[in-house]
Amino acid sequence: MKYTTMTATALALVLGTGAYAETLKWARSGDALTLDPHAQNEGVTVAVMHQMMEPLLIRDPSGELVPGLATEWSVSPENPDVWNFKLREGVKFHDGADFTAEDVVFSFERALSEQSDMKGIISSIASVEAVNDYEVNITTKGANPILPATLPNIFVIDKGWAEANDVVGVQDVEGGEETYASLNVNGTGPYKLVSRENDVKTVMTINEDYWGKDEFPMVYTDIEFTPIQNQATRMAALLSGEVDFIQDVPVQDLERIKSTDGMKVLTAPQNRVIFFGLNVADELVGGNVDGKNPLQDIRVREAMNIAVNREAIQQVVMRGQSQPAGVIMPPFVNGWTEALDQYPEYDIEKAKALMEEAGYGDGFSITLNCPNDRYVNDEAICQAAVGMMAQIGIDVNLEALPKAQHFPLVNGLSTDMYMLGWGIPSYDSEYIFNFLYHTKGDLYGAWNGTRYSNEKIDEMTQAIASEVDLEKRNAMIAEMWEIAKADTVYLPIHHQVLNWAMKDSVGAAMDSDDQVKVKYFTID
Amino acid sequence: MIAYILRRVFQSALVLLIVGLVAFSMFRFVGDPVENMLGQERTQEDVDRLRDQLGLNDPFPVQYWTFLSRAAQGEFGISYRQGRDVADIIAERLPATLELAAVSGMLALVFGIGLGVFTAIRKDGWVSSTIMSVSLIGVSLPTFLIGILLIWIFSVELDMLPSFGRGDTVDLGGWTTGFLTESGLKALILPAITLGLYQMTLIMRLVRAEMLEVLRQDYIRFARARGLREKSVNFRHALKNTLVPVITVTGLQLGSIIAFAIITETVFQWPGVGLLFINAIQFVDIPVMAAYLMLISVMFVGINLIVDLLYFAIDPRLRVDGGAGGH
Repeated sequence: MKYTTMTATALALVLGTGAYAETLKWARSGDALTLDPHAQNEGVTVAVMHQMMEPLLIRDPSGELVPGLATEWSVSPENPDVWNFKLREGVKFHDGADFTAEDVVFSFERALSEQSDMKGIISSIASVEAVNDYEVNITTKGANPILPATLPNIFVIDKGWAEANDVVGVQDVEGGEETYASLNVNGTGPYKLVSRENDVKTVMTINEDYWGKDEFPMVYTDIEFTPIQNQATRMAALLSGEVDFIQDVPVQDLERIKSTDGMKVLTAPQNRVIFFGLNVADELVGGNVDGKNPLQDIRVREAMNIAVNREAIQQVVMRGQSQPAGVIMPPFVNGWTEALDQYPEYDIEKAKALMEEAGYGDGFSITLNCPNDRYVNDEAICQAAVGMMAQIGIDVNLEALPKAQHFPLVNGLSTDMYMLGWGIPSYDSEYIFNFLYHTKGDLYGAWNGTRYSNEKIDEMTQAIASEVDLEKRNAMIAEMWEIAKADTVYLPIHHQVLNWAMKDSVGAAMDSDDQVKVKYFTID
Repeated sequence: MIAYILRRVFQSALVLLIVGLVAFSMFRFVGDPVENMLGQERTQEDVDRLRDQLGLNDPFPVQYWTFLSRAAQGEFGISYRQGRDVADIIAERLPATLELAAVSGMLALVFGIGLGVFTAIRKDGWVSSTIMSVSLIGVSLPTFLIGILLIWIFSVELDMLPSFGRGDTVDLGGWTTGFLTESGLKALILPAITLGLYQMTLIMRLVRAEMLEVLRQDYIRFARARGLREKSVNFRHALKNTLVPVITVTGLQLGSIIAFAIITETVFQWPGVGLLFINAIQFVDIPVMAAYLMLISVMFVGINLIVDLLYFAIDPRLRVDGGAGGH
C-alpha cells in the first residue's frame, strides 16, 4: 500500500515535470541557410527562425493575422499612407534587453537595405518612425491597404545587440566575411538558440520569459531540428522513432506511415499552385509554325487547357495528394472564388475541334521546360502532360532540368511552355497580378515568362495596390481575374497538398505555409 | 633524382590546373546561383547587382584566374549557400569523412584479407561457396540500395543502430571525433559497412585469387613436405607473397573510398564533405564546389605522387637512366 502511494507520487512527479522536459525532434529535407533574419527569403530558413524571432504580426496556423510584437494596428485617420502600430510592452530579447520601438525601426531599416533579401516583400514601405517607445508609424509609398499582410516574415532583432556584434548591415555574401548574425540569434521568440551545426543539428530551448508563455500551449521545452535529405532515410528515422515529426513526406510513403501503429499523417492544402505558362509573343523561341506563333491563338490555348486531364494527374501522378485547379491562386487567397477555381472538363473531341478551327488540325511541336527538383513530382506531371498534348496533335518535347537551370529559362524568356509553382505570402491577389500577369518590366511582372501584356490588367494592378476602399478593391480584383482567366495564358494544374508525418503523441498545428510554429503544438 | 622529383611535382601541378579548368568550365552548366540566392520577390536590378558582385558576368577565364589567385593565397571565398568561409566549412566537415573512410578501409582490409584467405584454403567447402556468392552482392548492388537496406533492417526493424547522422561528437581542438562516444561509434557502423562493402569484396576476391595461385607454387609444396604446420604454411609462406598486389590496390582504392563517400553520406545524412558537395551542386554553390574538387584532386595527385616516388625508391632501374622509364 505504502509502495503504491509512493509510486503514485513518483508518477505524479514524473508527469508533472514530464511535460517540463519534452523534446520535439523535427526533421525535414533541408537546413536553414542562415540565422540572419533578413539575408534569405527561403522557406526552411524562415521556418526555423519563426521559433526564435518574431514579426510585428504573426500568421497563426489557420492563416489569420494575429498580434505578435504589435498588439494593435490601424491606418492613420489623417493620412491613408501611414499605418500605426502599438507595440507590446514588457517584452525582452533573449539576452535580457528590452524590446522597444527603436528595435522595430532598426529591423525594418535593415530589412529594407540593399543587401536584404526581404526588401521585395515590403517594397511599399517608404519609412518607419518611432512615435514613442511603444508605437511606430510605417509610411508607405502611396496608400497600401494590405501592408499588414506583408509583415509576418519580417523579424525584429535587438538594435543594441546588432551594433555590439557588428551586424547592423545584412550579410553580403561577396563582402568576404561571415557575420555573427548568420550563426547567432537574439530575438524575442518562444525558443532560444542553444547550439547550431550547419546541415547537422539546430537545438533550441524554451524561452521562460516569453510574453505568450501562458497564452500558447508551448508544451515542448526543447526542439532538435535536423535536416535529413534522403527521403527514405527521413522515413526510416521517423519509423524507427529517432525523430518525432517530419515534413516533406514522400507521397508514395503516406500509406505506409498511416498503417504503422503509433504514427499519423496530417494533410492540409498548401499555399502553392502549380501551372504551365505559355509564350504568347509574336515569336516562338523554338521557331514559329508557318510564320506564326500558334499559342497566340486563344483557341489553341483553350484547347490545351481542355486537354489537360487534371483528375488523371491527381489520381495517378499525385496519388490523390493534390487538388485540381482552375485558377492560379490557392483557395484561401483574397480574390479566390469557387467559380474561378472551376476547371474545364477534360474533353478531347472538343479540344480537337478547337485546334481544327484555329487551323492547327495537324498540330505542331513545342518544347516544355520543367524543373525536376522543385515541386512535388514536377517532372512526372510534365511527362503526363506530354501524353495529353499528344492527343490533340501537339508534339511536346520535354526538357526537365534542375531548378537552378530551369528558372533562368523562365526569367530569361527562353521558353515557350514552362512549369512554375507559386505561393502567395501576402494571401492577396495583388501579389499574383504584380508578379505573373503585369507586363514584364523593372518593377512589375518579374516572373511573367509568358510575354502577356494587357494594358487594362497593368493599370488595375497598379491601382489596387493603393485602393483603400476594400469593397471597391475586391470588385476590381474580381474583374481582373475574369480577364486573366479568359485569356488563358496560364494552364492551372493543381494546388499542392502538404503532408506532415509524426508520432501519434505530437499534436502538430499545421499551416499552409509549411512553416511550423512549435509554440502552437500540443501533446496528445 | 632531384630532377625526377621536380618533374613529377611540376606534372602534378599541371594536372591540378587542368582539373580546375575543367571543373570551372562545367560550373556554368550547373545553373545560375543567383536564382537560389534571391527570393521570389527579387527585381531584375537585384539579380544584376548580385551577378556583378559575384563576378558571374566576367568571362570564364577571368573567373578562373580570380579563383586561382585567391586559392593560391588560401582563400576560397564565402559559400553562397551558408554564407560562411569555405575553408572553415571544409575543415569542419573533413573529419567526418576521413573517420568514415578510415573505418571503412580498415573493415575492408581486415575482412577482405581474412575471408580471402579462408575461401582460398577451403575452396571447396559450402561455407566458402556461400561467402563467394554473397560477395557478389557487394560487387553488384549499388551503394545507396545497400545503405537503405541496412537502415531498414538495423534501424527500423531491429531498432539497434541509428539511421542517420554522426551521433555525439567530441571536439579535439578543431577535429570533431565520433570515436569517443557510444552514439558516435554506433552511428559509424552502418555507413562504414555500406561504404566499405565494395572494397571488401574486391580485396577478398583479389586475395583469394592470389592465394590460389601461390598455393600451387613449388615452395609451398616443399614447405608442406618439410612437415611445417598448415597455419605456418598458409600465413607465413603463402599470404605474405600475396600482399604486394593487395597493398597496391588498397592504396589506389583509398582515394575512391573518399570519393564514393558522397553517396553513402547522402543516404546516412553523414555530415562530411561528400554531403556538402551534393548540397553545393543543388544550390550551385560555386566556391564550395571549386574548393571540394580541388581538394579531391590534390588528394589523388598527392597519392599518385607518393606512389611514383615509392616506385623510384624501390626500382633501381629508374635511377640509372635518369627516370626516363615509364610504368
